[in-house]
Amino acid sequence: MTETKTYPAPKENPETTPFWEAARDHKLLIKRCNSCGEAHYFPRSICPFCFSDDTVWEESAGTGEIYTFSIMRKAKPGPYAVGYVTLAEGPSVLTNFVDCDFDALRIGQPVKVVFKETEGAPIPFFTPA
Amino acid sequence: MTIKGKAYIAGIYEHPTRYAPDKSTAQLHAEVAKGALEDAGLRSEDVDGYFCGRDAPGGAWAMVDYLGLKVRHVDSTESGGCSYIMHLGHAAEAIASGKCSVALVTLAGKPRTGDIGTKAVGAEEDFEAAYGATTHNAYAMCAMRHMHDFGTTPEQLAWIKVAASHHAQYNPNARLQDVVTVEEVLASPMISDPLRRMDCCVVTDGGGAIVVTSKEIAQSLNRPLVTLTGHGEAMKGPRGGNRLDLTYSAGAWSGPRAFQEAGVVPQDIKYASIYDSFTITVLMQLEDLGFCEKGQGGKFVSDGNLISGVGKLPFNTDGGGLCNNHPVNRGGMTKIIEAVRQLRGEAHPKVQVPDCDLALVHGTGGLLGLRHGASTAILERTQ
Ligand SMILES: [Zn+2]
Repeated sequence: MTETKTYPAPKENPETTPFWEAARDHKLLIKRCNSCGEAHYFPRSICPFCFSDDTVWEESAGTGEIYTFSIMRKAKPGPYAVGYVTLAEGPSVLTNFVDCDFDALRIGQPVKVVFKETEGAPIPFFTPA
Repeated sequence: MTIKGKAYIAGIYEHPTRYAPDKSTAQLHAEVAKGALEDAGLRSEDVDGYFCGRDAPGGAWAMVDYLGLKVRHVDSTESGGCSYIMHLGHAAEAIASGKCSVALVTLAGKPRTGDIGTKAVGAEEDFEAAYGATTHNAYAMCAMRHMHDFGTTPEQLAWIKVAASHHAQYNPNARLQDVVTVEEVLASPMISDPLRRMDCCVVTDGGGAIVVTSKEIAQSLNRPLVTLTGHGEAMKGPRGGNRLDLTYSAGAWSGPRAFQEAGVVPQDIKYASIYDSFTITVLMQLEDLGFCEKGQGGKFVSDGNLISGVGKLPFNTDGGGLCNNHPVNRGGMTKIIEAVRQLRGEAHPKVQVPDCDLALVHGTGGLLGLRHGASTAILERTQ
């Protein structure tokens, strides 16, 4: 299967620049709150659970399992699989499943992060581990 | 403080068109406004409150000017397809507090012709845009997880479409008027697993409007009295991805708020308008509203339980979004309109619920698997 799909470059902003800098090194960052201890994704400066501004970047292991997915059958340049991955660190992440047999995808399946290039920073995707 | 019994739906109008390349979107808004005011027996100069969503070209100030209204209250709350159910509640709040006495709510647009606006973008954009989450797959992801957690089946989802089609056969304006079977739904092409084409609503041009008034004004008009006795609204999103659960909707919060205000329980409801953007939307909302236990929605909708005259909970007797009409890809307005028809006894005789004096209207807006709003309204015929 040839990948001819292109992805939009993320527009970086002051709140999210560290995420995209890490993505250039193919590292997936999440945010964790020092006040309540909860991790979240996508990253915010203020914790969405306790409103503390003491949130810090944390590198995710990049592993998790499929929470849910759906295969878009009629799309250009071809079908794609959209879904959520629940990371080992806790947060669930919206993503696409790539470089795999879509019809073999299952809820609960272990997956790992892979990065795809854009004209800006690379973007995280997931593939079966 | 409560809005219970403070506001009445005095006028309703559903545009008969399902394809309108020869009309402007503003024109459709004006036509549904005119229709709803004539239904109520009111004139445009009586309107002192205007409510609209993002489908109104140019927003509230442009529409107020285009329609030539003189208003002292405006509300352009935007929450996708359920905006208009929120407007209904907000109109009641405004009427209860004396901010207006005749509120006009309009919806219209032409997605079938191809005239559709762009969506607003939030902080999540850079972290989600690349993944192609669309209306179809955002609801499909919920269906996939619901099937995983509760054993819900494609056959059970298909029963929802079957029920809608049984009602649509009596609606001469319905986009799809043929009765379909479970087998036909299951034989339709897969769009986004596990949702098939017949699990999806129709795309139509058109619109609708309602006129909400104070009790005094409603009583002065020659129409059956239909009042709002309870209203709730809520929003839900992944919220940082923390303990993600896509098997319930914001209806789990908006529903109980509405029931509590109305002082009734789901078992009291004689007719329900349930937003049916997809079959899974109906199933999850019925659970969230308390018509059955979470996870039992599949059993609840099976064997025609939603068909008027057959099952326990007649729903979307106009054929709903699945068969009748889904103007601007927003189903909230037509849900209110059919509930009022039922309460007035003006539904088609083949689908009219006998002695229908208590109805529920519920809708979602946005993407069920990402971020969405929900709104619930309980309506009662008082005379
Ligand atoms: Zn916190």
